[in-house]
Amino acid sequence: MSVAASTASEVTLATIASGRTRDRDIKSLLFLGALWFSLFFGIMVLLALIIDTAIAGAPRLDGNLFTRFESTLFPERTGFKAGIVGSLWLMATTALLAIPLGIAAALHLEEFADGTRWYNKLIEVNLQNLAAVPSIIYGMLAGAIMSFLGFAFGGIVIGGAIALALLILPVVIITTREAVRAVPQDIRQASLALGATPWQTTWRQTLPSAVPGIATGTILGLSRAIGEAAPLILVGIATVRFLPTGLDSKVTALPIQIFNLSSNSQEAFQTAASAAIIVLLVMVLAMNAVAIIIRNKFQKSW
Amino acid sequence: MASHPATFSTSTPEEPRFDVYSAIEGEQTIGEVPAEAVMEADGLNVFYGDFHAVHDVNLQFGKNEITAMIGPSGCGKSTVLRCLNRMNDLVAGARVEGSVLYHGQNIYEKKVDPIAVRTHIGMVFQKPNPFPKSIYDNIAYGPRVTGMKVDSMDDLVEEALRGAALWDEVKDKLKQSAYGLSGGQQQRLCIARTIATKPDVILMDEPCSALDPIATSKIEDLMMQLRDEYTIIVVTHNMQQAARVSDRTAFFTAKPDETTGNRTGLLVEFDRTKQLFSNPFDKRTEDYISGRFG
Repeated sequence: MSVAASTASEVTLATIASGRTRDRDIKSLLFLGALWFSLFFGIMVLLALIIDTAIAGAPRLDGNLFTRFESTLFPERTGFKAGIVGSLWLMATTALLAIPLGIAAALHLEEFADGTRWYNKLIEVNLQNLAAVPSIIYGMLAGAIMSFLGFAFGGIVIGGAIALALLILPVVIITTREAVRAVPQDIRQASLALGATPWQTTWRQTLPSAVPGIATGTILGLSRAIGEAAPLILVGIATVRFLPTGLDSKVTALPIQIFNLSSNSQEAFQTAASAAIIVLLVMVLAMNAVAIIIRNKFQKSW
Repeated sequence: MASHPATFSTSTPEEPRFDVYSAIEGEQTIGEVPAEAVMEADGLNVFYGDFHAVHDVNLQFGKNEITAMIGPSGCGKSTVLRCLNRMNDLVAGARVEGSVLYHGQNIYEKKVDPIAVRTHIGMVFQKPNPFPKSIYDNIAYGPRVTGMKVDSMDDLVEEALRGAALWDEVKDKLKQSAYGLSGGQQQRLCIARTIATKPDVILMDEPCSALDPIATSKIEDLMMQLRDEYTIIVVTHNMQQAARVSDRTAFFTAKPDETTGNRTGLLVEFDRTKQLFSNPFDKRTEDYISGRFG
């Protein structure tokens, strides 16, 4: 026993003390260096952009930014009230359109549809593709829907919301499906074995358990939508100098205002646009933070 | 062997019966059947797509008896159990031939609603699977979704928990999450949840395989208590458990297909537990229960 133990310890010691480990050879170090560089590069570019924008926009991070409408006469006092409030309107409407539709579609596909049917397979494949379609296409589609619905002009709250809802619908559906799929089969079987209908099982067991995942995915989808300008421009949304009063009133969005101002040659407008970008970034980060909080707080371990 | 009651078999005692895989299709030994059967499998065949999972099972489940289904892995015993309350409907591609009679009614007839079947024939699963809700809500869920007329839900919850020998352990924490309970307590909660819907038959799919010996013995005691009110059908891997708790035992085995290698489950022998364990008729049963196989 003691002989064997001493032999083992010698071998171990010899191995440790050899001074040569394959973790520290030149190839590993080079690879590690490359990894660090990639990480560093990605973060540094992002940081440089944010800092540059922050410095450029700092002089205009004042109250006027939030309380005034856009002004071409007074570039130093131009504000983004219409854009900020308009973006909030658009987000709320988009959420109302996309969330119920997305959850319903996901639940159908995951819990009720027969996945072996060819049309369901077709939908599956298309969903993945839809998530990768350029956002500008959704703007065209929303424009077509608006004229189909009988609206002469698409640049209103509902028009923009339709464009953004179409844009994030695939994301909402995919993340909801993943959240629903993560609910253990055991729970469904237990419910069904007690005499619950598939619908009761979905509504009372599967969906409540999937809510954290659904909320996270939906908020991440919305935070993508809030930064979009292209589909809104396509649908006809431009700059306005008033707040929306309803779903059918004209509206503008923060990215649209930023786009317009940054193409203006006056220095003061550029500064204002930089300040607005910071506001937009804060809004996006705040939404992502909410998503992370929800995920961590309600995360379930089965 | 000659004194063996009411047997029919296509095999003759002279035939060598050493190879467990040499089962001839249709070869079943049916010993003493229950006087009053609540459920009956009649020529039950189960397919998953093209795969023939279970071949021609004929069984009778006696009222207020515990019937155990034993056999090696892949012998189809769980599949048969899941046919008894139509849980197999949920498996894509599953197809059932033959009939399952519940008080004489074939539950696979078109007009029969599987949801209604499951309110009469409850099920307890292998792994404790409480809902992510409070203990109280776990019990109340079944009566709520089935629209059971309940005078007092509190009383019903207490009755169910007492019935599952869990009341004393949880009466002070009914509003707490069921996930705070131990594995054995969770499984008894699942049994309580099942009896809260007042079923007639309780199916148990290896209810103790995830539990330690002490929790197992509690569940076994509980099963023997529940027998007075319910008909229990239990699938178990544990032969000692079958011998301890059951009144009748069905032994299944698996026969591989010669070309595909897929294993089809079939019933070998069904008899009183005492008879089956002390004096099995079929060589395959004897080999299995004596530990020479499986």
